[in-house]
Amino acid sequence: MKNPKKNISSTTGGGAAAGMRVIVPLQGVVQGRGGLFFGSVIPCALFYFLQLYLRRRSDPAPPPDTEPENSSGTLQRVQSRSSLPSPRGSSGPAQVSSRANSVVKQGADGPYYLGLKRVEEDPYHQLDNPGGVIQLGLAENRLVLDLVEEWLSDSAKELSISGITTYHPFDGLIELKIAAAGFMSQVIEGPHLFNPEQIVLTAGATPAIEMLIFSLADPGNAFLVPAPYSPDLDGDVKWRTGVEIIPVPCRSADNFSLSITSLDRAFNQAKKRGVKIRGIILSNPSNPVGILYNRETLYDLMDFATEKNIHIISNELFIGSTNGSDKFVSMAEIIETEDFDRIRVHIVYGLSNDLSLPGLRIALIYTFNEHVLSASKKLARFSSVSVPTQHLLISMLSDTKFVRQTIEVSRERLQRMRNEFVNGLKELGIECVNSCGGFICWADMSSLIKSYSEKGELDLWDKLLNNAKINALPGSPCHCVEPGWFGLCFTTLSEGDIPLVIQRVRGVSETCRSPS
Amino acid sequence: MRLIVPLQGVVQGRGGIILGSIIPCALFYFLQFYLKRHRSLPPTNPTLPSTSSGNLSELQRCSSRTNLLPRGSTVRVRVSARASSIAKPNDSPYYIGLDRVREDPYDEMSNPDGLSLDMIEKWLSENLSISMLGLRGDGLGISGIATYQPMDGLMELKVVMAGFMTEVMGRTVSFDPSQVVLTSGATPALEILSFCLADQGNAFLVPAPYYPGFDRDMKWRTGVELIPVHCRSCDNFTWSITALEQAYNQARKRGQKVRGILISNPSNPVGNLLNKDMLYDLLDFARDVNIHIISDEIYAGSTYGNEEFVSMAEIVDSEDADKDRVHIIYGMSKDFSVPGFRVGVLYSFNENVLAASRKLSRFSSVSTPTQQLLVSVLSDTNFTREYIKTNKQRIRSMYNLFVAGLRELGLECTKSNAGLYSWVDMSRLISPYSEKGELDLWDNLFNIAKINVTPGSACHCIEPGWFRFCFTTLNEKEIPIVVDRIRKVVERCKPPV
Repeated sequence: MKNPKKNISSTTGGGAAAGMRVIVPLQGVVQGRGGLFFGSVIPCALFYFLQLYLRRRSDPAPPPDTEPENSSGTLQRVQSRSSLPSPRGSSGPAQVSSRANSVVKQGADGPYYLGLKRVEEDPYHQLDNPGGVIQLGLAENRLVLDLVEEWLSDSAKELSISGITTYHPFDGLIELKIAAAGFMSQVIEGPHLFNPEQIVLTAGATPAIEMLIFSLADPGNAFLVPAPYSPDLDGDVKWRTGVEIIPVPCRSADNFSLSITSLDRAFNQAKKRGVKIRGIILSNPSNPVGILYNRETLYDLMDFATEKNIHIISNELFIGSTNGSDKFVSMAEIIETEDFDRIRVHIVYGLSNDLSLPGLRIALIYTFNEHVLSASKKLARFSSVSVPTQHLLISMLSDTKFVRQTIEVSRERLQRMRNEFVNGLKELGIECVNSCGGFICWADMSSLIKSYSEKGELDLWDKLLNNAKINALPGSPCHCVEPGWFGLCFTTLSEGDIPLVIQRVRGVSETCRSPS
Repeated sequence: MRLIVPLQGVVQGRGGIILGSIIPCALFYFLQFYLKRHRSLPPTNPTLPSTSSGNLSELQRCSSRTNLLPRGSTVRVRVSARASSIAKPNDSPYYIGLDRVREDPYDEMSNPDGLSLDMIEKWLSENLSISMLGLRGDGLGISGIATYQPMDGLMELKVVMAGFMTEVMGRTVSFDPSQVVLTSGATPALEILSFCLADQGNAFLVPAPYYPGFDRDMKWRTGVELIPVHCRSCDNFTWSITALEQAYNQARKRGQKVRGILISNPSNPVGNLLNKDMLYDLLDFARDVNIHIISDEIYAGSTYGNEEFVSMAEIVDSEDADKDRVHIIYGMSKDFSVPGFRVGVLYSFNENVLAASRKLSRFSSVSTPTQQLLVSVLSDTNFTREYIKTNKQRIRSMYNLFVAGLRELGLECTKSNAGLYSWVDMSRLISPYSEKGELDLWDNLFNIAKINVTPGSACHCIEPGWFRFCFTTLNEKEIPIVVDRIRKVVERCKPPV
């Protein structure tokens, strides 16, 4: 008995008598009564309460604890308040939530948002501001604006006012759902028919994606997204939902196409880390690269999703923009033709991008999953489309002749612009991915960057923005693993602008290539 | 024994109490950690991670897939817990009523549309397409409505909106366009504020009875709680600072962090206007405990009594400090009779909140043609002034008629000064004197009188028997009809003499 005590006192470094008072009974407990049980439980209990206490303390400091006190006097209210400051004093500025702070910080200094801001401050205009910054970094389509303008000035006079001011279902008028279903069938050019009852209309693709994320995932879950992807997706998916994105890099060697092996690998790695994957988000045509996924790839994707029991969100926002040899295959077709579980696929369609009207802010969710449909209909109240706009679009989409002509002309012009643009870049030694969809040329400018890294890429972006006055979309905010790739949107330019852009890029490329 | 003896040895001999405590604690800690990780895994997890299925189905894809994938459609793919709770069918009489009216509409007394809709419609019939499409020349033109615009609204609309708010709230304070964030209705504006001011698990104090929509707008996706602060009929359902303080302290004891107070002024469903003293007291209280104030002023232009409306903006106008804690919600759906346009305003003095809200408004933006349309309408200041005046007059006369009609039946309302509704005391008609009695009466009103009104329980009113009747969707001729229908139910419920 004496030995252990001596040992204890030596290990505790000549513990004071007070210290011994605690240790000895404890040791007694361990040795004698209760044994190991108490010797473990008591320290554990203490430890647990310590954790609890620390956790409580780490919450932001509560305001000072004071007693209520009546404010002084109702006469001369203004003076008394200012001259007799409440004895408690002002307890500090009103705090905003930590999630508001993180939203504000997100990407505030990244090239994507900085570039957009620069264009806003100094936008290029052929006549008014020929030296301004040309916007090539935002996927916007103005190619058929003239046709749409014509239609609007002819037909819009017949816009009726009946019912445009009153409350209507937040998920959209049934007439617009029917018109939208018809529009999509027309554009996809397949025999596929869309069911208006599976549609929820939203104020743009951004809330549509967020609503799907809320419906499919809990905070802390994640989605696999083939990269490079649109920088907007980071905000849409992550800001308010607490859900993460795990980028799955695609390589230029594969022409940036989707690889099931990489998806599988990413899925397993996430699982090891304890992150639960809820689904895959892909854009088809992919944004920003612009490739179309073929039927085989989509089947493989469905197999993968079924095997892992996860969802698929397919952003099919640019279905009218396909041109060239490849035919567009929608996920809606895939789930129709095969014996797949339809309830795991959710599609987002944009109603305005293909008609050069992104300012209308209108998109739709298409899903066969009853839970998701029901939840989305209720969440639609936070992102509902205003009724005058719905009426306008109903008129426009019901004019099937106009829609057909416009999509045809749009495709033609897209192809022409793309070819010209790509050829112009080729003269400068810049190759683009051979893509058939979307509004963006995904260009390989790695030969122009000094250090083959993200920093080199951002230096080049800076040069393009400040010297050439062109806002291009660099690969890093798109989570592209290979530095040097840039997205150049050519659909807001007129044909006459293309040589100007090529010239400006030439200026930069020459400075980059010249021996320094 | 093999395990215990060495452990005991450690405790007794080498290392002493330090190791004897640390090892069990470490084990315990890892046990906690392990349990936490495994708690989040759902039960229906597929277990076979086969990577070869892709190769197998190269040939004869159609038939092989159905044969070779055993799990197929037997494992249900899961939706999130949040979706499940949101997607549940409505159980509140507020929503059930709205749904049923939609199926069988007439006398819709629970969803207030504007009395002065005809004036709006007249203006629109003359000006719609030109103003919406910017063809008038002073707008942005077609290319303006076609291209991407700032998510938080066109500057022109913010300017005229600030002007309209100044006008409608009595011209006692002027609103600054740079503090305006436009959203697709007041509903998302409330949600955005909830995100900006509170983190998951925090709470807001809300004087009850309150608008049933708050439960949905403030709570669904934000993870924020609402703590009702009950008001009583003896106080005419106005809240007191004492009650707020009590609720605040109770919340603190429970460990709930209160981030702010949500008031509606004019209040919904009661129709009270808050006077300056109360608002000053509220600001003092908020300052003392360091919380925010959200003031939902969506009915600010729908006043008809003798009292003047006072906005929170006026209160902080005269004070230099503490504007940062005040945030105002407004919209075009009630005062301006255009709920279909989906236009709401988030007005704040706090730069951080404004910065975050501008970014979050991308989820709830107003479509540009509607913005252009509104710019035209609101710029026509003669029209808006006329509209505001006429609207108030019509609400007043309708209110008087309606209250007189109810008084004939022996039903009293609270003395209200604003809003598009009356808060009526039907407590003597219900038996038992409880929520069940109230819902039975609501059912009778719906099925027998064929009118849909909002029962107090849906508004979290602590005293049973109060109902909200909206009277602004009726015209003068219809009021006697409605009173007759209510009479049928009243007579049924009167105890036999």
